[in-house]
Parts: sequence; C-alpha cells; structure tokens
Amino acid sequence: MKKIITIALAAVLCLALFAGCSSTKEPETSPSAAASAVPTEEALSGTVSANGSTSMEKVIAALSEAFMAKYPDVTVTYDATGSGAGITAATDGTADIGLASRNLKAEETGLDATVIAIDGIAIVINKANTVTDLTLEQIAGLAKGEITNWKDVGGPDSPVVFVGREAGSGTRDGFESIVGVAEDCKYEQELTSTGAIIAAVASNENAFGYASLSAVKETVTKIKVAGVECTEATVLDGSYKLQRNFNIITKQGTQPSAAVKAFIEYAKSTDAASIIEKAGAIYPAK
Amino acid sequence: MKARNITEQVMHVIFVVCGMISIIAVVGISAYMIISGLPAIREIGLKDFLFGQVWKSTASEPLFGILPFILSSIFATSGAILIGVPIGLLMSVFLSKIASTKVASSVRPAVELLAGIPSVVYGLVGIIVLVPAVMDVFNLKSGSTLFSAIIVLAIMILPSIVSVSENALNAVPKKFEEASLALGATKIETIFKVSIPSAKSGITAGVVLGIGRAIGEAMAVMMVAGNVANMPKLFSSVRFLTTAISSEMSYASGLQKQALFSIGLVLFVFIMIINIVLNTLLKGGYKDEG
Repeated sequence: MKKIITIALAAVLCLALFAGCSSTKEPETSPSAAASAVPTEEALSGTVSANGSTSMEKVIAALSEAFMAKYPDVTVTYDATGSGAGITAATDGTADIGLASRNLKAEETGLDATVIAIDGIAIVINKANTVTDLTLEQIAGLAKGEITNWKDVGGPDSPVVFVGREAGSGTRDGFESIVGVAEDCKYEQELTSTGAIIAAVASNENAFGYASLSAVKETVTKIKVAGVECTEATVLDGSYKLQRNFNIITKQGTQPSAAVKAFIEYAKSTDAASIIEKAGAIYPAK
Repeated sequence: MKARNITEQVMHVIFVVCGMISIIAVVGISAYMIISGLPAIREIGLKDFLFGQVWKSTASEPLFGILPFILSSIFATSGAILIGVPIGLLMSVFLSKIASTKVASSVRPAVELLAGIPSVVYGLVGIIVLVPAVMDVFNLKSGSTLFSAIIVLAIMILPSIVSVSENALNAVPKKFEEASLALGATKIETIFKVSIPSAKSGITAGVVLGIGRAIGEAMAVMMVAGNVANMPKLFSSVRFLTTAISSEMSYASGLQKQALFSIGLVLFVFIMIINIVLNTLLKGGYKDEG
C-alpha cells in the first residue's frame, strides 16, 4: 500500500513539474510574439473562408500560407469544391470569397471577379513526333478519337495515344472546356499528376497530353496551338488560346471584413507574384 | 503482496485492451465502410451500380457503373494467379525438396525480399521497363494495359504463394515420401504424386493469400494499367476497384465521393469472402495433418 502512495505522490510531483514548466514558459513567449506583431500595423485578425475551384488549390494554398505567416491571427480556410460551387458560395454568402477557374458567365450577375493568376495549358507530344502546330479543331479531333493517326495532322504514320488527367482534375476540366470536348474524350491513360503525364508522353512516341505550362519539362515537346507558341508572354497577351483565368469572386454591395480585403489585396500585390509563379500559374501583369 | 496483485490486474487490463484494439479497428472500419458506402448504392440502385458498364463520374449526367472495375479486378487477379501459381508452386518445390540447403538459404531470402519491396517500386520498374517492353513486343500503341498489370501482380504474389506452400511442403511427414521412394517411384513422381497432394490445403491457402494480395493492390497497378474505365480487354487500358478509388478520391465531392466509398465497400466484401475461404482452408488443413 505504501508503495502505491509513493508512486502516486511521485506521479503528482512529476505532473507539477511539467505544469511548472508551462507556466514559466508562457510569459517568456508572449512578449516576443507581441514584439514580432508590432511592425504589421494594427493586428489583423479573423477568418477568410474561400470555396471553389480545385484547379486553384495550389495557388490558394501557397497564398494563404504566406498570408497567414504575415498575419498570424488570420485563418484562411479553403474548400475545394469546383468553380460552380465557389461562385454559388460567394453569391449565397456562405464563403467570404469564391474561387473560379473560369470567367463569370453573363447570367452570373451581382458579383465581382478579380483575376489573380492565369493558367496556360500546354499541349505536349513526344520528342520523336514531328508535328509542330495544331488547330483547336485538330486537338479536339485527336482527343475525341476521331483522328487516330498522326499522319492526318501532318505527323508520322503512327497511332494516336491520348494521355490525360483523372476525372475531377482542374487541368482536365480546363482543357476539355476550352477545346470543347467535355465528356467526349477517348483517353488511353488517365493519370493522377501532371508529372505522370509528362513521363508517359516522354516514354511513348505516339502519345500526346496536356499539362500546366509551368510543369512542362525538356523531356517533351510543346506544340503551337493555332500557330501560337505556348509561352508566358503569349498567355499574358491572350494570343495563346488554351488558357484560363483564376478568379477571386466577391459579392457586390457587401462590406467584406478587413481580413478578407487584406487577403484580396495581398493576392493582387507584387509580393504574391513569386508565390503564384511557384505554385505553377502566371502572375497577370498589372 | 497486495501491490503485486494490483500489478497483475493492471497488466491484465493492459493486455486485454491491446488485444481489443484489433477488434475495435475491424468493427470500426466495417461499420464505417457500410455506413458511408450504402447511401450511394441506394441512390444509384444496386443493379445500376454493380452491373452498369459506364463510369462517368463527373459528367453532367453522371453514370456510376462499376462492372468494368469489378471485371478488370477479377481478370487481373485470375491472370496473375494463372501465371504466378505454377511458377510459385515449382519454386516452393525447388526450395523444399530439390535445392541443397546452401542454395535454398540464398534463394529464400531473395523471395522474402521480394515480399518486402514496396508496391510503388514494383510500379516504378513496371512503368519504366515493362510498359515500353510490352508495347514493343506486342506492337501496341500504348503499353499501359491489363496485360502489364497481370505481369506485375504475378510477380508480386509470388512471395505469399512460395512461403506458404514451402511451409506446407516441409510439413509433409518424411515417412510418406520415403515410402513412395521405397516402392520404386522416382523423386519427381514422389513430388507430384505424394508431396504436393499431401500439402494441398497449405498450397491452396497460399494461392488464396495471393488472390487477396492481387485484388487489393492499388499503387503498382495504377502505374502500369492506364486507369481508363474501359470494359477489360487484355491489351487495353483498364481501371480496377482499388485504382478507381485512389485515382478520383483527391478531387471527388458529393455523390461521386459517396460512390467511391461504395466501391470500397464492394472491395471490402471481396476481401472478406477471400478471408473466410482462407480461414476455412487453414482449419481444414490442420485437421488433415492432425
């Protein structure tokens, strides 16, 4: 019995020791935190809830991480639901900002769209393929399986293998909607990452696929679309057609909180340029 | 004295709790799979779900038929068994009856290592070596096919077949084989007519274990099979029950996500059946030996 009491006492003492630790630590850390918060004007706090496009996941994740590092009292949340759901959330006010990887349609009124980034989708083929230029119609034909041999579009006499992303991917959605082949694509492979697409195209002479411009590597060839090379410059001036805007959607006539305002300003600022570029999108020239 | 008693009791409780963790996990996972898997089946309809031939989860009028996945999984597993079992069985006969102790002791670790290689490595080697090779040998436009998946799975299931079969063969009483040899049978005749039939139940258990591994594999086959939801053909791109879940889960929402859980439930039922078969076989096996 005595032993147990001793053990119990020892346990209590141990706990007391830890309790002592935490209570002595706290006063040490809080002044330093306060000191670091001083330079960022008055402390911004609150939450920013974002909801929408899955394609914008990388960009928004990178931006919110940097934003929260700058304003530690602000929490940015993000639900990846899809552009349509994001626009609805902004209209209903269930989210502070909606995210849409397409522009607003004519019937989606009462909303403001702010372009924070542009995504260029490159068409890539194997290095051995001699095709250099395709029109959007030719790309659609290849994707739908109507054109089954490369010689029909000026390439070698070999079959066409179309490699794409899995259903639900933002890049797939972007490619299919811009080319106008949604739901009609005849895929030979559906892969779960851009890197896997590049690897598959690099290893198969017959293959072609799509990938975000920033992810394209030297191992594959980017082709011209309707005579325009896919580069940052052509995406920015709008001459390259396979591109889309990443928009932040806000409701008109509402007064957003200071945190929401600051987040949108931050996403547009030049500070965000390198973050957006690192996340694989193009920072729109202001 | 009392303190010792208490220690005993405390330890007893700790043992019971640890023992229960596996039961809690199994019950918890089963309950979760059923609860999250049923809503989509109810919404889509069991018949349309299990026997629908088209999977278009993100179309404006989505279709959730998983027959292509079920058939692909069954075909790939059967193919892997067809190739893997003869090789695995002969390999275990070699290890157990033919190879000298020295040779066996260097082959066995190799087989065990094969079991320890992560499936992503199988996939990686498959995508770099096997897929282009299949494309060249069969003159296909793309090597990411059901056939490539079968080859990868056949190699992956070898260790489970070999180690279980080898144990069963080693357990065959020496007197059986000696009697056969004494009656004038050759070594090969003894192996095929005495040893293998005596070890039958153990070998079958190894095969069922291999089936379980093949049907549950996701990563390796995802990398070599192309993942398109086609009805299975040997040289076309296919998607399995496992890869259907893993390839769409990251972006899924709503009914699509629920349907993926339902696929998980179907896979779960498959694995349950395999486990029940395995347990019955193992029990039968021990009875025979006893």
